[in-house]
Amino acid sequence: MTDNLDNTQTPNVPADPGKIQDHFELFHNDEYQELFDYKRQFEGAYSKEKIEEVAEWTKTWEYREKNFAREALTINPAKACQPLGALFVAAGFEDTLPYSHGSQGCVAYFRTHLTRNYKEPFQAVSSSMTEDAAVFGGLSNLKQGLENSFTLYKPKMIALCTTCMAEVIGDDLGAFITTSKQEGHIPEDLPVPYAHTPSFVGSHITGYDNMLKGILTTLTKGKKAETTNGKFNFNLGFDPYIGNTRELKRILDLFGVDYTILSDNSDAFDSPNTGDFKMYNGLTKLEDAADSINAEGSYFFQKYTTPKCQELTAKEWGQQTYTFRPFGIRGTDEFLMNLSAVTGKPIPKELQEERGRAVDAMTDSQAWIHGKKVALYGDPDHVITVVNFLLELGAEPTHIVVTNSNDKFEAELREILTASPYGQGATVWGGKDLWHLRSLMFTEPVDLLIGNSYGKYLWRDTGTPLVRIGYPIFDRHHMHRYATLGYNGAINQLNWIVNTILEQLDLNTIVPSKTDISFDLIR
Amino acid sequence: MATVEDRKELIQEVLEAYPAKAKKMRAKHLDVTEAEATDCGVKSNKKSVPGVMTTRGCSYAGAKGVVWGPVKDMIHLSHGPVGCGYYSWSGRRNYYVGTTGVDSFGTMQFTSDFQERDIVFGGDKKLAKIIDELGELFPLSQGTTIESECPVGLIGDDIEAVARQKAKETGLPVIPVRCEGFRGVSQSLGHHIANDTVRDWVLPKADEYRKLPEGFEPGPYDVNIIGDYNIGGDAWPSRLLLEAIGLRVISQFSGDGTFNEVVMAPLAKVNLIHCYRSMNYICRFMEEKYGIGWLEYNFFGPTQIAKSLRKIAAQFDETIQAKAEEVIAKGQARMDQIVAKYRPRLEGKQVMMMVGGLRPRHVVPAFHDLGMEVIATGYEFGHGDDYKRTTDYVKEGTLIYDDVSGYEFEEFAKQLKPDLIAAGIKEKYVFQKMALPFRQMHSWDYSGPYHGYDGFEVFARDMDLAINNPTWGLINTPWEE
Repeated sequence: MTDNLDNTQTPNVPADPGKIQDHFELFHNDEYQELFDYKRQFEGAYSKEKIEEVAEWTKTWEYREKNFAREALTINPAKACQPLGALFVAAGFEDTLPYSHGSQGCVAYFRTHLTRNYKEPFQAVSSSMTEDAAVFGGLSNLKQGLENSFTLYKPKMIALCTTCMAEVIGDDLGAFITTSKQEGHIPEDLPVPYAHTPSFVGSHITGYDNMLKGILTTLTKGKKAETTNGKFNFNLGFDPYIGNTRELKRILDLFGVDYTILSDNSDAFDSPNTGDFKMYNGLTKLEDAADSINAEGSYFFQKYTTPKCQELTAKEWGQQTYTFRPFGIRGTDEFLMNLSAVTGKPIPKELQEERGRAVDAMTDSQAWIHGKKVALYGDPDHVITVVNFLLELGAEPTHIVVTNSNDKFEAELREILTASPYGQGATVWGGKDLWHLRSLMFTEPVDLLIGNSYGKYLWRDTGTPLVRIGYPIFDRHHMHRYATLGYNGAINQLNWIVNTILEQLDLNTIVPSKTDISFDLIR
Repeated sequence: MATVEDRKELIQEVLEAYPAKAKKMRAKHLDVTEAEATDCGVKSNKKSVPGVMTTRGCSYAGAKGVVWGPVKDMIHLSHGPVGCGYYSWSGRRNYYVGTTGVDSFGTMQFTSDFQERDIVFGGDKKLAKIIDELGELFPLSQGTTIESECPVGLIGDDIEAVARQKAKETGLPVIPVRCEGFRGVSQSLGHHIANDTVRDWVLPKADEYRKLPEGFEPGPYDVNIIGDYNIGGDAWPSRLLLEAIGLRVISQFSGDGTFNEVVMAPLAKVNLIHCYRSMNYICRFMEEKYGIGWLEYNFFGPTQIAKSLRKIAAQFDETIQAKAEEVIAKGQARMDQIVAKYRPRLEGKQVMMMVGGLRPRHVVPAFHDLGMEVIATGYEFGHGDDYKRTTDYVKEGTLIYDDVSGYEFEEFAKQLKPDLIAAGIKEKYVFQKMALPFRQMHSWDYSGPYHGYDGFEVFARDMDLAINNPTWGLINTPWEE
C-alpha cells in the first residue's frame, strides 16, 4: 500500500450496531494493522530485525552490567515525592484541608495520583504560585490562599506542606503563617501545622513523617497533662490499604483497648455513596490527636516511614514506643503478645481462631509456593513485611529492589534474610529502580513478581506473573479495600499469591493437545 | 427553560461564598452565553486564585505530558526531582505502536532524581552524564528532550549549553524545554514552550535530521495530523478517514509520533489541526516560514466529521471531494444505525462539561448527535480565542466557566442537576458521590477512541452506559424515608 490514492478503505457497516469495538479490539482489525504498517515508512524507524536484536541484547548480562554502571540516570523509580505522603497523612484528620504551598501543578498531580488508586475524591489546594512569586516569594500567595481556602472550605485545620519551588526560593512557612494570622486572613486559633517537603529530599514516606510530626507537634502543644489518658496511639505509616486500618480497629475493639489512630484515613479514601458529597472524611478527631501526647504509649507499624514521629513520641512526649509489623503470622503474633503484655488484657479467643485458620490456609497452599523464587519492590517497611510473609511460606525472595532505601533498613533486611533457610539466595538492591530490576529478572529469572501496578511492564517483558501488592494499584479495582494486616490479612495475601501461581499454571497448560496434558480441574 | 437572567443570578449566588478579593477575581471568569454573542464573555488565561481548588496543571505537564511526551521514539527526561516524572508516568493514554524500552519509550519514566546536592551545586554535569548513559542503554533512541522542573529554572542551570554540546557529540537532537511548573498560569504555556522548542531546536535542522521513505516524493495530497495525542488511539481512526478520502498523512505530530515525523512535517501541503490550543503556535510558524496552510477540524460525532471532511476536501481537487462524499455516505449509514440505537436512551439528557484543550467546544455537537443538550461548559486553561471559537458551538443560556474552581463546579451542578457531567479524574468521584453520572473527558475514562466514525460508536456506548447505569438506582437506602 504505497499509492494512497488507491487506498479507498472506509469503515465497514456493522451488521449489528450493538457490537461496539473499542480500543481493546478495534486496532487488532486488519485495516488498522495495515494502517500501522503504512505509517511505518514515515517514522524513520529501525528495521524489525534491528529492534529484535537490540531487544534481545537488553536481556543479557552485558546489558545488565551497563545498566548497573549508571551513576546519574534513574529509570522507572519505585518512589514518589514528599508532598504525596504529606497530603495522604493529613487526609486522616477530622475536617482537615491538605494544602500544598508552591506552584499548582504539583497538587493536580497528587490529587490525580491518589484518586486513581482509590477511585475516590481527593481534595487539596495550593498557593498557585507563578513567576512573580519566584521573584518576590510566596507570602502574598499564601496569605490569600489561606484566607480563600478557609472561607470557602471551612476546615478545622489546614495542613500545609511545601513543594520544590517554595523550598528553593526559601519561603519561611512558620513566619508566613504567623503573619497570616496577625493580619487576620485566618483565625488565630486555627491550627495550621506545616512541613517542609521538597521533592529533592527523601520520598513520599519522608513527607508522611514530616507532616505527621507537624500535625502532632501543633495539636499537642500545651496539652501535656499530669497523668496519662489510658489510651494507646497507633500509626500505620504510608499504608495504602484502608482495609488495614479497619482491621486494626476491629482487633483493638476485640481486645477492649482504648486507642487513637494517628491519621485514620480509612473513610477519606473509602467513603460511602449516599448521594451527598462530603468533603472531609478524616476520622481522627483533632481533640484525640491533641490528647495523643498523654497516651500510655505509641505503636508504629512502619519503622522507616516515621523515624521523626517516633523520636517525637519517645523523646519529647516521654512515651514508650513500640514498633511492630503485624503482618503474616509471626509479625501478628509478636504484636498481639506485646499488646497483651502491655495492656494486661488477654489475647481474644477469636483472634486465636483466626490465627489457626490463617495457618491452616497457608499449610493448604504451601506446596504451590515452596521454593518459588520471587522478585519484589516497594517502600522499605512494605518490603520487609512481604519478605517475612514469603519466608513463612517457604518462598525464596531473590531480587529485592528498594529505591528509597537506607543503610539501617538494608542491614535489618539482610539480618532477616540470613536468619531463614529460604532467604539465603536473596540479594538486596537499595537505591535501584525498576529498570535495574528488569535486568535482574532477565539474567536471573524468578517465578513470581510482587509489587505495584508499574510491575505490569516487567510482567509483559519477562513473562513473570505479577502479584499486585503495594501503592499505586491503578489497573485493578478494589485492592485497597482488603486488609493485608493481621491473620485475616495473611489469608488475603496468600490468596493473591497462590492463585496467581495457579492462574499461571493454567495459562501454561492451555493449548489443546499440546500443553494441556496437566490442565487439571483440581489443584 | 432557564433564562440567561436565571443563570446570571446563579453565578452571583455562588460567588457569595468567596472573600471580597477572590470574588472580584472569579466574577470575571463566569458568564452566560447571550444571543448574538461573539465570545463567551469570560476572562481567561489568568492566574488561578490561590487556595481555591483549581484543576489546572503546570507548564511541565503541558510540555512533557501533552506535546513532547507522545513522540514515542525519543527519551523525554524529567529533569529535576523525582516527583514530576513520577506522577506523569504513563498517566496519559497516548497509545503507540513500538517496543517499549528498545525503540519506543512512551510508558517509561526517565528522571535525573535531583537530590539536595544537585540543588546546591547545579545539575548540569549530572545532565551531561545522563545523556551519555541514555546513549549507552538505548541505542535506538532518536534523541532526547529535557523537560525542566521548577528547581532547574530557580537555581539557574544552563541546560541549553548542555543540550548544544551533547547534540554535537551524539549527532542526535537534544532539546532543552524550559517548562518549569511556575511559568505561566497553567499547562497552556507548556504547550507554547514545547512548540517553540520545535521551532527553534528542531525545524531549523529538519533537512539534516530527516530520513525520507524510500522513493518518497512530496505530493499534492500530503498532510499532517497536528495536535491529536492519540488518547485511547484517537489519531488512528482520524488517519484512517483522511487516508480514505485520498490524502497522504506524512506526520502524526505528536500522538503515536516519531521524531522523523516531526521533521517530515514541513514537507506537507496542509497542517490539519485537532487541538488548536496546544499546537496552533507551530502551525502559525509553519505557515509563516514554509507557506503551509493550516485548517482546524473536528472529528467528534457524525455531523462534525462530515463537515470537517468536506472542509478538508475543499482544500484539494474534485477527486478528493468525491471520495470524501463516498466516505461520508458510507460512514453516515453506519452512524444512523448507532444514533437509532442510542438516541432514544439519551434524548434530552443535559450535560455539564469542563475539560482542557479543544473538548469543551468540539464535543458539544457529538452530544447533539445523540439528542443531548450541553447546558454548561468551560475550559481548564483556554484563552480568549478558544472562547471565541466556542460561541459557534453553544446556544443562548449556556453557562460558561473559565478555570472553574471545585467549589463553583459543585454548586453549579447542585443547582442545575444535569444528567451527566463530563470532566476529569479529579472531579469524577466528587460528582459520583452526588449520584451524578460522570465520564472523564480527558482520558475517555480509560475507553476510546472517540475520534472518527469508529470513535463515535464508542462515545455513544459510553454515554449510554454512564447515564443508564443501574447502580444509580441503588444509592437511596430503601429503609431511610
